Amino acid sequence: MASDSIIDWSKLTWIDPPTMGRTELRDVKKAIDGTFRDFTRANGEWIEAIFDPLQSFLVWFEKLMIATPWPLFLIVAAGLAYYGSRSWKLALITVASFLFIGWLDMWEDTMATVAMVSVSTMLCIAFGIPLGIWMSRSDRVQAIVVPILDVMQTIPSFVYLIPVVMLLGIGKAPALIAVMIYAIPPIVRLTNLGIRLVDKDTLEAADAFGASKRERLWGVQIPLALPNIFAGVNQTIMMALAMVVIAAMIGAGGLGTPVLRAVNNQYLALGVFNGLAIVAIAIIFDRVSQAFGKRLQKHREGGHGV
Amino acid sequence: MSEPKVQIKNLYKIFGRKPASMVQHVENGMSKPELLDVHGHVLGLNNINLDIPARGIQVIMGLSGSGKSTLIRHINRLIEPTAGEMIVDGEDVLQMSDTALRDFRRFKASMVFQKFALMPHHTVIENVRYGVDIQGVAEKEAAERAQRWLERVGLKGFEQHYPAQLSGGMQQRVGLARALATDAEILLMDEAFSALDPLIRTDMQNVLLDLQEELHKTIIFITHDLDEALRIGDNIAILRDGKMVQSGNPQDIVLRPADDYVTDFIQDINRARVLQVGTAMSPATKKCDGPQIPHNTIIEEALQTCVDSHSETATVTKAGKAVGSITLDQMVRAIARPEAVSADDANYR
Repeated sequence: MASDSIIDWSKLTWIDPPTMGRTELRDVKKAIDGTFRDFTRANGEWIEAIFDPLQSFLVWFEKLMIATPWPLFLIVAAGLAYYGSRSWKLALITVASFLFIGWLDMWEDTMATVAMVSVSTMLCIAFGIPLGIWMSRSDRVQAIVVPILDVMQTIPSFVYLIPVVMLLGIGKAPALIAVMIYAIPPIVRLTNLGIRLVDKDTLEAADAFGASKRERLWGVQIPLALPNIFAGVNQTIMMALAMVVIAAMIGAGGLGTPVLRAVNNQYLALGVFNGLAIVAIAIIFDRVSQAFGKRLQKHREGGHGV
Repeated sequence: MSEPKVQIKNLYKIFGRKPASMVQHVENGMSKPELLDVHGHVLGLNNINLDIPARGIQVIMGLSGSGKSTLIRHINRLIEPTAGEMIVDGEDVLQMSDTALRDFRRFKASMVFQKFALMPHHTVIENVRYGVDIQGVAEKEAAERAQRWLERVGLKGFEQHYPAQLSGGMQQRVGLARALATDAEILLMDEAFSALDPLIRTDMQNVLLDLQEELHKTIIFITHDLDEALRIGDNIAILRDGKMVQSGNPQDIVLRPADDYVTDFIQDINRARVLQVGTAMSPATKKCDGPQIPHNTIIEEALQTCVDSHSETATVTKAGKAVGSITLDQMVRAIARPEAVSADDANYR
């Protein structure tokens, strides 16, 4: 039988390329699915247990934000915006945006989304920056990590939702992992790039004065790479927000859920309102983090005098 | 002169994939272009031997690509040699452990760079403190030391500026203060003034000479500028294609150039500013007329003294005693280019 061989010769023509036999192909897929399902059954429990604290933390954080009296939240938000950007205008825009969001009855969903994005960004920073530093120190690590980051950034998100859901089910933790897979590459890349771009002459000076490896890293490399690292943080936040709707499909909650409902039921207004709320949060996060990043580069200003 | 401070012995640096195996070829007399053509390796330094006395300014000079910046980086081992020894105070820097090397860099040799290499994210005063902080000096003393050196190089009032806000000359003063603040005995200066414009460069040379008069550090100064070398150097070593072609004091270099390369080099210098009357005088048996001039006066000044005192001749003294006499004619002849060199020169063009 033709379909038994590795190539189905009966179907090979000048128009169609060689294909694997139908049975073989089905067997391969079945084998992969079966293996992963067995793995999940065998290990799902303890893997889930690992992520349990994360899940409870997320739930707790979200509840905390929702339970916070709205005036208090506005004060904190405005304070953070002002601290980051030193701009009253931006602080005011932040307050106005959140008030408007509340007025359109999207407060709870917005809190859930802000909680999710904040936690995922923190985790991305916590894992991404050390990984970026490691990459910058070793060409071999870089050669291994870069293609992985390429895959993470280009693979359609739905594809990795499948194994994540198989392993962890539907909920906040798997949603968080999906968001992180999508959002962590920029911070890793830009940390690596930023450190590698630090002026060789400056590093040589540090060496010439006998700086140890740690003094080199914390005294010269990281501070001089900070603008790039901050561009990475900014990108990571934006990508996390972009994943909100997709992550809602596996239980992230927040503003993505009403958007999905709007798509399924053709509710134009609901979709637009929630979409714009995401945009508003994105703009606030973006402007504040950019302004903060810029302030870190104070020393780059040229010219004489103070 | 006592034991040299820094001794460079049979130092080789070859760049390429298998540098160690190339030393043999170079020892057998293979030249830089040959090594590159046949083996694809670049000869950086070729059997350098140099004794650097303590408390003087040793200039290492050469055109770009001659290996001078590579050589100075071997002294504090920013570059590893292919073969050879680098003895500082009797200890081979190249054999030091990582910790010993770090201490050597912290306490023994500090460096000033061509492109300043200041920390752009630190203020001027923080930059001056950099080496002191790495030495682990206590806060109070570190702050005092940094402030003292900052004022010594004339930058009082600029403490809180960032390097980018200063001009090149001022940035290099910060670089100099940073290097001096560590109190290291050896000062490595890699084309430290080459990036500055001529007036500022002269200015900085004066700053360095002033400081040296009171500090007496062992300074190793790299430059491509012969005028600068002659002006500040107690000793000058000339490099070409990684090989040392001549080493001596400025008078030696100008009066007795070792080969055509050095001869070519000294073509355009102002000889009146380098040569001293002691090298052009006739030893006197009798006392002579005219003003008394110390033997190490440069001819430019001696001429001026003679003209000012309307005298055709002058008495040359050493430690207050007359050792010879010199005429205006002798001085003028001394600063003219030697015959042989001029003829040679004509053949070149």
